[in-house]
Amino acid sequence: MKWFRTNTVEKEDISSMQEDLTRGLLIFAHPTTVISVEEVLKDEGYEIRVVSPPTQYRTGCDLCVEFPLAEEAAITELLNTTGLEPLDVVPITSKGMEPLQFVRKKDFGQYLMVRAANMKMTVDKTTKTIVNISGGGCPDVPHLATEMIGKRLRDAPNPGEVGFSLCAYSLNTAREEIIKKIGD
Amino acid sequence: MLLLAGAVPIDKLPLLIGEIEVNEQRVRIGGHDLPINRGNEAMMAAACLISQEYGVESPVGLVAGDIGKRDGSVKIYEYLAENLPNMNVGVLTLHYIMPDLKRNKKVLATLDTMKEKPILIADAGSMYVAKAGGDSHYYDVFTPDLGETAFLADDKADHPSFTRGFIFHMENNVPELIRRAYASNNAAPTMFVKGKVDYICHDGEILYTIDQPSVPTMEPIGGTGDLITGMISGLIHAGKSPVDACLIAGHVNRKAGELSQPTPATQVSDILKFIPAALEEVLAQQG
Repeated sequence: MKWFRTNTVEKEDISSMQEDLTRGLLIFAHPTTVISVEEVLKDEGYEIRVVSPPTQYRTGCDLCVEFPLAEEAAITELLNTTGLEPLDVVPITSKGMEPLQFVRKKDFGQYLMVRAANMKMTVDKTTKTIVNISGGGCPDVPHLATEMIGKRLRDAPNPGEVGFSLCAYSLNTAREEIIKKIGD
Repeated sequence: MLLLAGAVPIDKLPLLIGEIEVNEQRVRIGGHDLPINRGNEAMMAAACLISQEYGVESPVGLVAGDIGKRDGSVKIYEYLAENLPNMNVGVLTLHYIMPDLKRNKKVLATLDTMKEKPILIADAGSMYVAKAGGDSHYYDVFTPDLGETAFLADDKADHPSFTRGFIFHMENNVPELIRRAYASNNAAPTMFVKGKVDYICHDGEILYTIDQPSVPTMEPIGGTGDLITGMISGLIHAGKSPVDACLIAGHVNRKAGELSQPTPATQVSDILKFIPAALEEVLAQQG
């Protein structure tokens, strides 16, 4: 068993190094642009990951897209034609952290609350109306709350499209989970 | 002076600074009415009500419009970096703002030049940028909720959205999250951890917990945590120690929630109006 474990670790280390040397990051101004880019590139079948940016690009509220460097020309051309040009493209030697995808649900009978990271969204299960948004710290959260509360899920703006921050990204994770659970 | 600073969700609203006036529906700063929904406006309204009850001067508000484009946040950071030493600020609370590591460090560098530094309180984006920059030691009070406490406990995360799963899943062990936050120097000396049970901590120790009255329907209501931050600010401004301020604010927030008989659809302005009555009741109970 010990022998097996040791060899497994070595194998992982080697494959991880090889992968690191062949991947790059697409840097964007806002986290929610990254959500659009993620959709476009995944639809085209590219193997990408949404991750935290390297130190020199960090402001405290950022996301970027990790992609296979071999596909750089095709990807940047695709993004340029869709109006999603990156601010910068950089090769990377270490992996970035992925945003949290776990959610917690709390049932209040008539209402369902879903929390993703620091963001909570609560809906009336019967009318599918958003009744409260809580948490977060970036200034688009109060704006999104004003725009979304009182609207049915299907009619409310998508925080992934109109927000600008990582809090909006997490709020969108909560929204998607609610829609998966009760529809829109 | 108690200075309350942060962005408000009105696109292109210019930088405003002035004494805050409050009624049940809005706060007024520099001639502009701002509706109380959540965030900075709720925090400011609660601080004003506490200041009124204790008979101390009204807080001053520093706000700018920002719907996430960073413009208003940049104005606030820059104003503070340039003007803080000349403002005679005794307590400074920083709240919703777009995290900007470089600009926040400029504000902190300005604080370093001041002989008498204000008591510094942070919540929301201001707390995120403090932690992400490794600057928590500048601050006196943090007021995180559970998700934010997990973020403070994760020494690798730059933002709550990057909290690692194994730490996110520790939320049924809040004392461990608190221990990790202090151990990694990502906590402020005094912390009010908001949750089903509220934890009041100082220098790494949990001094008090508050779990009554228990009003589960307050959890979904946006802005209840902002009320706590505002009350703590107002109470410190009125002369309370940070720990005593947390203790009073925690009890008042729960009492105001109970008095409002909320559902998950209640809005924070419906709880805010019960703060004076809740304060009176809590102080009477404490003798």
